Amino acid sequence: MKELRLMKGNEAFAEAAIRAGADGYFGYPITPQSEVMEYLMAEKPHERTGMVVLQAESEVAAINMVYGGASCGKRVLTSSSSPGISLKQEGISYIAGAELPCVILNVVRGGPGLGTIQPSQSDYFQSTKGGGHGDYKLLVLAPSSVQEMADFAGLGFELAFKYRNPVLILSDGAIGQMMEKVELDEQKPRWTEEEIIKNTPWATTGKTKNRERNIITSLDLDSGKQELHNISLQAKYREMEKNETRYEAISCEDAEYLIVAYGTSARLSQKAVDLLRAEGYKVGLLRPITLFPFPTAIIAKLADQVKGILTVEMSAGQMIEDVRLAVGCRVKVEHFGRMGGIIPSPTEVVDATHKKIIGG
Amino acid sequence: MANITKEEIRKPENLVYKKTDLLTDKALSYCPGCGHGTAHRIVMEVLEEMDIQDKTIGIAPVGCSVLAYDFMNIDMQQAAHGRAPALATAVKRLHPDKFVFTYQGDGDLAAIGTAETIHACNRGENIVIIFINNGIYGMTGGQMAPTTLPGMKSSTSPYGRDVQTMGNPLRITELIAQLPGTIFVTRQAVHTPAHVRKAKKAVRKAFENQKLNKGLSFVEIVSNCNSGWKMTPLKSNEWMVDNMFPYYPLGDIKVNE
Repeated sequence: MKELRLMKGNEAFAEAAIRAGADGYFGYPITPQSEVMEYLMAEKPHERTGMVVLQAESEVAAINMVYGGASCGKRVLTSSSSPGISLKQEGISYIAGAELPCVILNVVRGGPGLGTIQPSQSDYFQSTKGGGHGDYKLLVLAPSSVQEMADFAGLGFELAFKYRNPVLILSDGAIGQMMEKVELDEQKPRWTEEEIIKNTPWATTGKTKNRERNIITSLDLDSGKQELHNISLQAKYREMEKNETRYEAISCEDAEYLIVAYGTSARLSQKAVDLLRAEGYKVGLLRPITLFPFPTAIIAKLADQVKGILTVEMSAGQMIEDVRLAVGCRVKVEHFGRMGGIIPSPTEVVDATHKKIIGG
Repeated sequence: MANITKEEIRKPENLVYKKTDLLTDKALSYCPGCGHGTAHRIVMEVLEEMDIQDKTIGIAPVGCSVLAYDFMNIDMQQAAHGRAPALATAVKRLHPDKFVFTYQGDGDLAAIGTAETIHACNRGENIVIIFINNGIYGMTGGQMAPTTLPGMKSSTSPYGRDVQTMGNPLRITELIAQLPGTIFVTRQAVHTPAHVRKAKKAVRKAFENQKLNKGLSFVEIVSNCNSGWKMTPLKSNEWMVDNMFPYYPLGDIKVNE
């Protein structure tokens, strides 16, 4: 039976992680995501499921604890906000290189530097184009509601283990902090030691006589082998593109104009679409749910149908590059956004649509 | 000595010593004369004697021992530079029934990984840390380490370590002994058979402590780096005794029973 609750996004994510059968959470406080660890500590998941919750000495230590736990085949996660996610990039690169499953939540705040504690979407490049060193991709999920904050905890683990790849949940300060009703899944049991050995035969669980030793590493000094490893990583990313692209198309069937937006920007753009439709303009909204893999094909298809595309992002315009790559030069693609922690209002989006797309 | 033939030496009844099966047959990548090989051996012998190969997870660092997992026949994880104690923390918390150890050099443990080291020790994680201190960055070609002695030459202190501008060598083991989370902190060496026996005893004690859930055990092994120090193996061991041991005196620093 699903349970209905009124919760903050950060709390919903934490509760959903427990219910998804997580084995361990390792974090470090930073606004606006500290509720994740606060909720977990108060909830005592070790008494509910045996889940470990540990406050690390830094984001660097926390992501490396995730590396250690994931190396054992455990379901482990961490959360942070932009400056902390920057600190985690070294560990994320190692985790991607060693092909370990884990879930990482980024409740984005404005940057650069210490920036602001208010919501932003200025970590899109960092999330989808690498972030750390080397050729790697994270599977990136972008929730736009408290419900999705909860749903993506479980989905994140599912995808992380399916591909042996880190999954990043790219949220923002608004979705982390706001309260909405949320339907929570039933408690899933944590994997037993036998299930871990069966499901993750590569994991370091102690070398028994009947198998060779398991080694978790991203190192291969033989360039030929390292290139083969990179080729296999790229093949995995192509598989993700084939199987895991997710999006929501709202009022796109008859759309003459299109807004592309994710997360908080998608919520307020949906209101803008309603306002524009009330004015008589046929505007649709395409909301990417996965930012990698990016919903390139549907955007390319819609580009043949619409007269112009506006991307709405709480940044200087980052996702717009992927939209433009999908569209080519077939229609005009313009950006509207606010920066520094300011959330644009739906009427600002309406005005921008008029100015940059409809009237432009 | 009588004329004993090669064939006779190899007879099982004449066998007095055998490499543990917990070391693989792969040739060590360490320079001839380096202490790492002996340190690897005593750790693996202890695991064999305690019969815990199937319950042990080792964490390799970045540095000369980055490839330790090629030589240690156990499940191993390779950590980012300095982060081994963070990995070990999670492994032990998630697997309290397993034996977990890190094997780290001085650059890894006492420079880039200082925070991870201190905090794992301070939390009293029930793990073993093996710390190889040879006063230099060996793998990257002999740069100054946090443990490089005053006046000691390295490729980044070519005129000798000037403590006025480069700081003093860090006795991190003494610092760690101050933390309530550590149960056993000792400094050993492996340059003579007698020292090897003592060091092995210390490693055994460290793993026995973990078996009894006593807390964190920290075993420093002061070692040589004949390549980095630009000396013959023999000369490097003599130099170690004359120069390293006075600054890093051998012996137990903290033993809580």
